[in-house]
Amino acid sequence: MAVYTTNEIRGGMKVMIDNDPCVILDNEMVKPGKGQAFNRIKFRNLKNGRVVERTWKSGDTIPSADVVDVEAQYLYNDGSGWHFMTNETFEQFVLDEGHLGEAKQWLKEQGECVLTLFNSMPLAVAVANFVSLKIAETDPGVRGDTSGGGGKPAKLETGAVVRVPLFVQEGELIKVDTRTGEYVSRVKE
Amino acid sequence: MLKNNVSPSSSEEGLAWQPSATSTTLHKRAHIISTVRKFFAERNVLEVDTPLMCQHSVTDPHVTGIPAIFQSLGETSEKIMYLQTSPEYAMKRLLASGIGSIYQITKAFRQGEVGKIHNPEFTMLEWYRIGYDHHALMNEMDELLMLVLSTLPAERISYTDLFLQQLNVNVHTATLQELKNCAATKNIFLQAEINEKDVWLDILWTHYIEPKVGQERPLFLYDFPASQASLAKVRHETPAHASRFEVYFKGVELANGFHELQDAEEQKKRFEKDSAYRKQNHLPEKTIDQYFLAALNHGLPDCAGVALGIDRLIMLALGFERVADVLSFDFSRV
Repeated sequence: MAVYTTNEIRGGMKVMIDNDPCVILDNEMVKPGKGQAFNRIKFRNLKNGRVVERTWKSGDTIPSADVVDVEAQYLYNDGSGWHFMTNETFEQFVLDEGHLGEAKQWLKEQGECVLTLFNSMPLAVAVANFVSLKIAETDPGVRGDTSGGGGKPAKLETGAVVRVPLFVQEGELIKVDTRTGEYVSRVKE
Repeated sequence: MLKNNVSPSSSEEGLAWQPSATSTTLHKRAHIISTVRKFFAERNVLEVDTPLMCQHSVTDPHVTGIPAIFQSLGETSEKIMYLQTSPEYAMKRLLASGIGSIYQITKAFRQGEVGKIHNPEFTMLEWYRIGYDHHALMNEMDELLMLVLSTLPAERISYTDLFLQQLNVNVHTATLQELKNCAATKNIFLQAEINEKDVWLDILWTHYIEPKVGQERPLFLYDFPASQASLAKVRHETPAHASRFEVYFKGVELANGFHELQDAEEQKKRFEKDSAYRKQNHLPEKTIDQYFLAALNHGLPDCAGVALGIDRLIMLALGFERVADVLSFDFSRV
């Protein structure tokens, strides 16, 4: 298995720490002018979601985690789990609600996403930065208002609530930035 | 399947040939350096220029020079030289020759040091004042910082007092275990076995105290434990203190200075101690600079000296958080 030295470690890398797959969030070298060099590394344990910071001697190594990201489609939720199918191999995976994280509110059936697999077990799911979703519920806007100033809450087909301009109506398709949860534009069907 | 564990690098989107710093920043950088030169010219401190490449490097266990290979024309044998880690030994040889107070702005090199505030090649301002002790030199340092950073007069506190104040740790009497326990209470967890007191003091310093200090005005930390004397005089009081100081601003280490050790015998012992430590820890052995020891034997005048990282000074003066932002080309672009 590949190993990384502390100076190769970058945000986003997947490594094994305490026998768990973890994703690196930040790596900072600390070295007093005359003192020994260390790396302060912040990471998220992908199994339990916890964020931890720990210090390594500079030059020490951390093994990489056998983690892969695969493109997949969200199929359905049967009440006990969320089902996905990979695009290439049509393999199906089930995730429980605890592992869905932020992605949950943006997942719609047949929607594209990325599954993170560790030893062929799904650990996490991520959606695209921008998704198009239908507005399920919103108050009618004031006639003639096209400025978009102020806005109003709109409930989307996935259950997420975003602020939209007043002129956007129920049943319309909109583009949302999933990183910020903000409305971007209307989408023509 | 998507590529995993690959971080984006600028080279993937085309070669990053452009400078790291903007041209406005490089203009401001030039202005700050001219301000520094004027500061010393007004005080009659002579600007000097010493070699970047020398046959000896330092013995410090945690400071490593970058080798450069020299070959005489027509010869196949090679001589390993070192790019200097600081101009200290050469400048002290000038001082021993009777030149008087001197300064220089030069490049210095440190093996392996790359990070937000580390570049393996960096610009250093180093100066020596005849007849000064570390407190007198701190006064002059403060004037320079007020001029370049527009700061208020620096706060000054001893190493001993700051550790007591911040961590309730007595650096002279604390045991190794007490320092380890203290780190654990501050959520500092090490993925390594470290059993040296001074390294644990450094860890407590870099992880807990350093990020907090010098936020409003620079902090001058002085009188280090004798075990961290480096090239400073040690005052054999109880407990013994090294006449050394460091300068911090906004949590960043800016400078390190000494009331300089003049005793050649003592200096030789410290070099030998470094060499023994290197051997014990399987670090490469380093030769001792005999020119420097010979100069000390001849006689170094009573003086204080300090080295200041110019790139970090400019970074702080201009409000940046990475040295790359004030360098023409940082290490990722050379």
